[in-house]
Amino acid sequence: MSVDSVFVHKMWDDHELSKMVKGGIPFPMLSDGGGKVGSVFGVYLEDAGVEARGRFLIDPDGIIQGFEVLTPPVGRNVGETLRQMQAFEHVRNSKGTEATPSGWKPGKPTLKPGPDLVGKVWEVWKTSMAFD
Amino acid sequence: MAEEIKAGCARPTGGPVGEKVDNKKETPKQEAIKEVRAMVTVGKKAPDFTAPAYHKGKFVSVKLSDYLGKWVSLCFYPGDFTFV
Repeated sequence: MSVDSVFVHKMWDDHELSKMVKGGIPFPMLSDGGGKVGSVFGVYLEDAGVEARGRFLIDPDGIIQGFEVLTPPVGRNVGETLRQMQAFEHVRNSKGTEATPSGWKPGKPTLKPGPDLVGKVWEVWKTSMAFD
Repeated sequence: MAEEIKAGCARPTGGPVGEKVDNKKETPKQEAIKEVRAMVTVGKKAPDFTAPAYHKGKFVSVKLSDYLGKWVSLCFYPGDFTFV
């Protein structure tokens, strides 16, 4: 979503994005003229008249589970967004019985919070597991 | 004479110059809008909205609540022809 019109979105997809992604962008490119939606999400930069690089993860119940907002010059890490979505989905499927520690990704062990885990995280989770 | 603007990833902006226009009448309205602004918080419902969109060759209207039941990544960016 940006403040550009849907016509400019089409031009961008036709003339540039379709050269990076076969078939063009697969998801809807939303237009937010005037930054009305961006203002509600707190990412509209009034002085510049544009939206910051805000990314919101919204779960199947419509609840915001996480967000990240960067100023325009620095791009995001799409892989990290996908990792977070996988982690939130794992936690959701466990109905809150599991938590995913730092650096978790599918295949790595999770934590099962409870009285037995207090003071014992160091036994089941090593610092090196925070990194790939 | 028009000055050349360096291309960057932020959109260049302009605005009125010279003497300030008296816009006192509009001030209360502006403040009211800011008060209504709901700050988003993790663990809280995402504010619902509809927005025009371009999707696979068609112009469509997208409503956030139509995606209930699915995970959504809502991404804002400064402008087309920049990066994400």
